[in-house]
Amino acid sequence: MSADGSRRFAANVHGWLLVLPAAALLVLFTHYPTVATFLRSFFSTAKGARGSAFVGVDNYRQMIDDPIFWQVLSNNAYFALGTIPVSIGLALLMAIWVNGRIAGKGWLRLAYFTPTVLPMIAVANIWLFFYTPQYGLFEQVLSAFGVPAHNFLGSKDTVLTCLIIVAIWKEAGFFMIFYLAALQQMSPNLAEAAAIEGASRWHFFRRVTFPLLMPTTLFVLVNAIINSFRLVDHVVVMTRGGPDNASSLLLYYIYEVGFRYWDSAYAAALTMVLLALLALFAVGQFLFMDRKVHYR
Amino acid sequence: MAAIALEGVSKAWGDSRGVDRISFATQAGQFLVLLGPSGCGKSTTLRLIAGLEQADAGRIFIAGDDVTALPPSRRHLSMVFQSYALFPHLSVAENILFGLKVRKAPAADQRRGLARVAELLGLAGLLERKPNQLSGGQQQRVALGRAIIAEQPVCLMDEPLSNLDAQLRNEMRRELRALQQKLAMTMVYVTHDQAEAMSMADQVILLRDGRIEQDATPEELYARPASTFTARFIGTPPMNVIPGTVLARVNPGWAARLGARAAEIAIGIRPEDIRFGAADGVEAAVAGIEYLGADSVVTCALGDAVLAVRAKGKLRGPAGERVRLDWDPAATHCFDQAGGQRLAQGLA
Ligand SMILES: Nc1ncnc2c1ncn2[C@@H]1O[C@H](COP(=O)(O)OP(=O)(O)OP(=O)(O)O)[C@@H](O)[C@H]1O
Ligand SMILES: [Mg+2]
Repeated sequence: MSADGSRRFAANVHGWLLVLPAAALLVLFTHYPTVATFLRSFFSTAKGARGSAFVGVDNYRQMIDDPIFWQVLSNNAYFALGTIPVSIGLALLMAIWVNGRIAGKGWLRLAYFTPTVLPMIAVANIWLFFYTPQYGLFEQVLSAFGVPAHNFLGSKDTVLTCLIIVAIWKEAGFFMIFYLAALQQMSPNLAEAAAIEGASRWHFFRRVTFPLLMPTTLFVLVNAIINSFRLVDHVVVMTRGGPDNASSLLLYYIYEVGFRYWDSAYAAALTMVLLALLALFAVGQFLFMDRKVHYR
Repeated sequence: MAAIALEGVSKAWGDSRGVDRISFATQAGQFLVLLGPSGCGKSTTLRLIAGLEQADAGRIFIAGDDVTALPPSRRHLSMVFQSYALFPHLSVAENILFGLKVRKAPAADQRRGLARVAELLGLAGLLERKPNQLSGGQQQRVALGRAIIAEQPVCLMDEPLSNLDAQLRNEMRRELRALQQKLAMTMVYVTHDQAEAMSMADQVILLRDGRIEQDATPEELYARPASTFTARFIGTPPMNVIPGTVLARVNPGWAARLGARAAEIAIGIRPEDIRFGAADGVEAAVAGIEYLGADSVVTCALGDAVLAVRAKGKLRGPAGERVRLDWDPAATHCFDQAGGQRLAQGLA
C-alpha cells in the first residue's frame, strides 16, 4: 500500500470513528426498532404457553375489521384538519402583528411563545381546570351569561374540539417563531417600495409577503402534520381517549393496545400504518410541494 | 412654482438627529443631488420627501401641493432604493409592472409600457428572469424600470450606483443622466461621491450634520465654496486650506499681503491651480508623489501644513526636494480661520 493510500485509509477510519457514536445510537433506537416492528407485525402475540407464530397479514386483516381503529383514524384526521390550518393561520397573523411597530412587542412575543416552552403535562392540567364542569373557568364565564352547564370533556360531541383548541393554543406560538424569523429576514425596503407604488397592505401581503413566506409555510406545515400524529400527552392527561374512544388518537390507541392490552403484535401493525402515513406526507412534500414553493 | 420644496423640515429620533430645519427648492426637470459624508442626513431627507418618514416639523411641497401629511402613494413619485428592493419571487417583467398592476392599469397600457421600458433599458431579453439571475447592473436597471414606467414627475434615488464596479458606475451615470433629460423628470439623487454629484447634477445640496452647508450649481460649488467644509469636500484631490499664519511664516510676500490679519484668515487654493517654478514662490518640501496617469499629485510639506499640487504627466523627484510653488492671485479663496465661512471681499 502506498503512503498516500494508507493516509487516506487512516483518514477514513478517523471519519468512521467520529460518526460511530451517533450512528450507533440511531441504529439502536431508530432503525433497528423500525425494522423489528415491521417484522413483528407479521407474527402473533405470544399468550401463556402459546409462543409467537408467523401469521402473515392477519394483524392487518384484523385492523380492517376493527371499528375502533377506523374511529381513531377518523378522529386523527378530524384533529389534524382542525388544528393545522387554524394554528398556521393564527401563527402567521400573530407574527405579522408582532413584527409591526407596536409598543411592548418584546413582551407580546414572549407571551405567544410561552405555551411552547411550558411542559405539555402542566399545560394539559391547566386546560383540564378550564374545562372542568361547574367550577371550571369556561363554565363560570358561560354561566355568568346564563348558558346552561355543559361537561365539555365528558361529552362525545365536544371532547375532540376541546383537544383541538388546546393543540392550537400550544402550536400557534411555536409556529409564529418561524414566521417571525422569516419576516425579520425580509428587507423593510420591499414594503416601502410597494407603499410608494400605492399597494395596500392586503395587496402587499397577498402578492409579496405570503409568497416569500412559502418555504416557511411548507416547513411549518410538515411539522404541523407530524405533530398532529405525535401529540399524545394531553390525551393521556385530559381524557384517556374517552368518552367511548371519542378523543382517542392513533398514537394513543397504539399505546393502549401495546401497553394496556399487551397485544404487541397488533400494536406493531398499527405502528406500521402510522409510519406509512408519515412517510406518505414526506414523499408528497418532496415530489409535489418543494418545486412549487421555492422561488429561488 | 418649484417641483419640490422643503420649508424648515426637521426629523430626529430621540437624541439622534436626522435633519435639522432644512429648506430648499428645486425646479421641474432638474437633476438635484443631495451630497454629504456618511450620516449627514441624505437618506433621511429623501425618505421625508417620499413620505416614508414623517417630519417632526416643517412642511414639504411637491408641485406646489402641501404633501407633508400625505402617504407615499399620493405623492406622485417613484423611488429607487440603494438595495434595489426588487421582489425576489417575481420576474423582471412582474417587478417592472408591479405599480401598474396595483393601480389596475389597462392591459394594453401595461404591455406598451413594459415594451418601451425594456427597450430603453436594454432589458428585452431578460424579462422572464428572476432578480437573482441578474448581474448587479441588470438588477439596477430593473429597479430603474420599475421607477420610470409609471412616468411619475418626480424620481428619488438613494445611492443607486454604490454597489456597482467603477466602469459600470460610469456607464450608468451617463445613462441615468440621459434618461432623466429624455423623460424630463425631476430627479433627487443621493450620493456621498462628490465626483458623481459634479458630473450629474444641475443643483447640488451639500449636507453636514443634518444642515445644509451649501445649495448651488456644481460650477458654483467648485468655483466659490461657501465654507472650508465645502472646499475640502469638492475636487479630486480637494482644495488645500492653509492657515494664514503658516503662509506668512514661510513666504515674505504672503506675510506682507496678509499683514495683521494672518491669524484670522485661512487661504484656500485648488491643487490644479498651483504651478511649480517662480523664484519668489512659496517654498515647500516634496513629501510624496502619487501618479494617476494623465497627471500626478505631489504632496508638499509647508511648515506644519500639507499641500497637494496637481501637475500634468509623470513627475519624478526625491522626497525632501525643495520646490517653489506659485499660483494666480485670482485663484485664491479666503475663509474665516475660526468659523470657516468664505470671506466675500477676499484680500484687499
Ligand atoms: N431610524 C432611525 N433611528 C435613529 N436614528 C436614525 C434613523 N435613521 C437615521 N438616523 C440617524 O440620522 C442621521 C442621518 O442618517 P441618514 O441615514 O440620513 O444618513 P446618510 O446621510 O444617508 O448616511 P449614509 O451616507 O451613511 O447613508 C444619522 O446620524 C443616523 O444615525
Ligand atoms: Mg443613506
